[in-house]
Amino acid sequence: MNSQLLSQIQNGEPLAVARAITRVERGGNDARNLIRALFPYTGRADIIGVTGAPGTGKSTLVNALAKEFRTREKRVAIIAVDPSSPFTGGALLGDRFRMQDLAGTGIFIRSMASRGQLGGLAAAVSDAILVLDAAQFDVILIETVGAGQGEVDIAKHAHTTIVLEAPGLGDDIQALKAGILEIADVLVVNKADRDGANATAAALEMNLNLNPDKNAWRPPVLKTIALQGKGIGELADAIAAHQKYLGENHLRAKKEAARFNDELRELLQRELLHKKLQNVAAEQWQTWIDEITTRRRDVYAIAEEILNG
Amino acid sequence: MSDTPIRVLVAKPGLDGHDRGAKVVARAMRDAGMEVIYTGIRQTPEMIAEAALQEDVDVVGLSILSGAHLELFPRVTELLKEKGKTDVLLVAGGIIPDEDIPQLNAMGFTGVFGPGTNTNDLVKFVQAEMAKRRMHNAQ
Ligand code: B12
Ligand SMILES: Nc1nc2c(ncn2[C@@H]2O[C@H](COP(=O)(O)OP(=O)(O)O)[C@@H](O)[C@H]2O)c(=O)[nH]1
Ligand SMILES: [Mg+2]
Repeated sequence: MNSQLLSQIQNGEPLAVARAITRVERGGNDARNLIRALFPYTGRADIIGVTGAPGTGKSTLVNALAKEFRTREKRVAIIAVDPSSPFTGGALLGDRFRMQDLAGTGIFIRSMASRGQLGGLAAAVSDAILVLDAAQFDVILIETVGAGQGEVDIAKHAHTTIVLEAPGLGDDIQALKAGILEIADVLVVNKADRDGANATAAALEMNLNLNPDKNAWRPPVLKTIALQGKGIGELADAIAAHQKYLGENHLRAKKEAARFNDELRELLQRELLHKKLQNVAAEQWQTWIDEITTRRRDVYAIAEEILNG
Repeated sequence: MSDTPIRVLVAKPGLDGHDRGAKVVARAMRDAGMEVIYTGIRQTPEMIAEAALQEDVDVVGLSILSGAHLELFPRVTELLKEKGKTDVLLVAGGIIPDEDIPQLNAMGFTGVFGPGTNTNDLVKFVQAEMAKRRMHNAQ
């Protein structure tokens, strides 16, 4: 990669950063080369994930939180993920709509479509984080799709994960139902201007798994009114406290190690599969499948043949 | 690269509150497989240019029914140029008198669509223009 582009990205020039994200979204060798050049300059940014059911106020909260970090002299970037239609591939990326007051503040907002990725994020999110990290943003806020169920990928990428809840979404705690309570480092009951916020907060407290280790992090339960910016200072303080806890206990490095462990394994799986199959003709593959279907051979035998081939 | 979804910003500049058309267009583009960022009404030219830049969109679509297009559109195109975001297809729609269209074309708005436009037509227009551009860039 040319050194001019590298320094433009490192200086956080919006055009260069935006185009770099487009390139990592497209993938392929170009994306790899870009990431390879940027990687040595990453690892500084605090990565904060925000997840929760649709309509709980994630975008509004991210908007308020970004403003708060800005008053604390932080350079802030946002990645907001929305789902792609599985049928057409199209997407309406509507999070930016709730982040109007960030215009002209230097806060970098990028909307991403999930492009078929399950788990609440887009496949390119981890590379987009690296681009923004290399661009010297201090804080990177990530808003997940918010479809609920099993949306736990964010916890792998973020140093601090915020799980959002709102009163009046029925009696159930949505996060509990979706199995995402476990990933919360900070729990937020947003829309505290509505009835039932205290009851929701109490229910969350009750459902927190009590870690027997006294020194373990206990996720605080906070109340916010994102729309009015209320409780956002306290939320930023709780995030800072969590980051401090991670640092003091060497957990930040541990979290990263776990994530790179996963990433390396997943990459190897994809690459090895590709390598082993790239020279296999479609007819050969079909023959193998036929052999299995007609019970002449079994999957293990075929897999062995491929691996030894 | 042609399988990368087309990214579009649909924006409403100025104080114009007519947002039905913009929403119809945004939805039609989404249904045609595009990734559409809709930022709502009351966008200043600065907000539009900033969003186009950060989102690195392929297309900027402006919707306006207030009659202020000849004031607002040139500001948008100037800011895009200033920021170096020149690789973008510009389209517009709304209440735009025929006699203004040549001026908008000269500003870089390749397609201008008025009331009653079939959304299929404007989707096809954007797809065809983008196919041309991507073909050109690939060479
Ligand atoms: C519905 C309507 C309203 C509704 C708007 C509801 C809403 N949320 O949108 C209400 C009642 C609120 C309203 C209010 C006003 N209105 Co009114 N309104 C209309 C009306 C009847 C229809 C507009 C409409 O929704 N069309 C349906 C949509 C789907 O069509 P469209 O917007 O044209 O979009 C199509 C194309 O233009 C194109 N397109 C549009 N945008 C884009 C963008 C891109 C990127 C592309 C590619 C294509 C594209 O594709 C779309 C699909 O075909 C028009 C008259 C008319 N026939 O257009 C007057 C009209 C627009 N209104 C007018 C006026 C004056 C007003 C008011 C000022 C009235 C007043 N004195 O209070 C207020 C101002 C409100 C405001 N804050 O801005 C005038 C504007 C005159 C002008 N420009 O010189 C019009 C033209 C009526 C007239 N003949 O005088 N209005
Ligand atoms: N009453 C109230 N409404 C809020 C609050 N925060 C967000 N909202 C509204 O909740 C709706 C959904 O917000 P949004 O941020 O888009 O939620 P998301 O889908 O989780 O990103 C919007 O209409 C917001 O204006 C709040 O604190 N109180
Ligand atoms: Mg949202």
